Amino acid sequence: MAETMVEAPAAKTSFIDEVCSIPGGDAIRSCIQCGICTGSCPTANNWDYPPRRAIAMVRAGLREELLSSNSMWFCASCYTCTVRCPRDIKPADIMHALEVLSIRSGLSTRKSRTPVMYQCFIDSAKGNGRVYELGMMIKLFLKTNPFSALKLAPVGLGLFLHGRMPLKPTRIKGMKELKAILDKARALEGAK
Amino acid sequence: MKYYTYYPGCSAEATAIPLGISVLRVAKALDIDLVELEDWNCCGSTPYSSVTKLEAGAMAARNLALAEKTGLDLVTPCSNCYVILQSVNTHLKELPKFREQLNEALAAGDLKYGGGVKVRHLAEVFYNDITPEVIASKVTKPLKGLKVAAYYGCQLVRPNGFDDPESPHSLDELVTSLGAEAVSWEMKARCCGSSLVMPEQEVALGLVNKILRNAEAHGAQCLVTPCPLCQINLDAYQSQVNRQFKTSYNLPVLFVTQLIGVALGIPAKELALEKNIVSPMRVLAPYL
Repeated sequence: MAETMVEAPAAKTSFIDEVCSIPGGDAIRSCIQCGICTGSCPTANNWDYPPRRAIAMVRAGLREELLSSNSMWFCASCYTCTVRCPRDIKPADIMHALEVLSIRSGLSTRKSRTPVMYQCFIDSAKGNGRVYELGMMIKLFLKTNPFSALKLAPVGLGLFLHGRMPLKPTRIKGMKELKAILDKARALEGAK
Repeated sequence: MKYYTYYPGCSAEATAIPLGISVLRVAKALDIDLVELEDWNCCGSTPYSSVTKLEAGAMAARNLALAEKTGLDLVTPCSNCYVILQSVNTHLKELPKFREQLNEALAAGDLKYGGGVKVRHLAEVFYNDITPEVIASKVTKPLKGLKVAAYYGCQLVRPNGFDDPESPHSLDELVTSLGAEAVSWEMKARCCGSSLVMPEQEVALGLVNKILRNAEAHGAQCLVTPCPLCQINLDAYQSQVNRQFKTSYNLPVLFVTQLIGVALGIPAKELALEKNIVSPMRVLAPYL
């Protein structure tokens, strides 16, 4: 493959290996830079580095630059790129893999509120076994910009008035077992 | 009677409660026995798998392990749960190390998963197992004259859906089986912005605007969708779109099961029609 023909420093080759080692992150080596991913992406205008370029950056070893950008956080998981990619690369899965690496490396951007939203979602899912949407939203606004909640207040109120915003979370019975499973998975993930 | 294990997903019990209510009511009318998966947990959704892989996989795998005990197909009405459960299920089959580690994690909760569950979307079950023909035969209030834009969203049809990923037709067929007219429109499987509506509201509202504009331009009186996230973005945020883009949409967005329910003659209350933010009552009045 092309990149093996170029003398690359060790640090540069490891970024692509890192991405490939995450489920869904492989196949990136066969990208032909055709750009159909960027052309298909409904949010590409907002990305620091749109999908095609982000993939090129993984292969060029521009780890910190890419992982600290807002790029992958704008992926809405519509999978249009994935079904159109002529090389079966699954760009959306690669963006999710980049998000994982970005968090793991402590590089996630403050320019997008998505990383914080994802963390609030996970805390909620882990805390009760099910996501409690109202609690998650309140936490997101407290952690980012409390005033922006005012803009969303009419939406929240509308949902509440239509009986679509329960005031307390649902908790699963098997919380102890779920926690044990997640703790074990986390330990295994850290150990590899 | 057809039997399935039912996975509602978190939204169907909260922000998308009209989905949860109408699914169970319509299933009953169509002789579908949906047995709720005992003590199911959140599938992990996209956020979890975007922060950690194994832990997110474990979240989904607990559901798959519980479902395997029932021996039935696992059916969800939520397009995001569908993609997540399906993707973890596939990774479990294809990646030996992932499978081994997840089973080690599951063992900590006295569970194991052998890979035997088939994950399905409720809309696919309606289309393939029940079929539009059979649904048509049970219609008591044909929706004659109603122009409906069938909105698939993304994750019902991509990345591994049951219909064409770019130009799907299954929902259109379900809509016409009810006697309604399915309008032909371009945005039927384009993205609504999904959960970006929370952290990046303006970007998501821009996408919602394009979808509503296209549906309206083709004469749709309402939209139907199977997806809880899409429904919330198009329905609950419609007033925000009107404010941001100086538009004046008043397009009801129904869950597919709500529309099927109306055509089957089920009373509005039992389909939670009053819980839709943009009221569908005016448009549906002739059929209620």
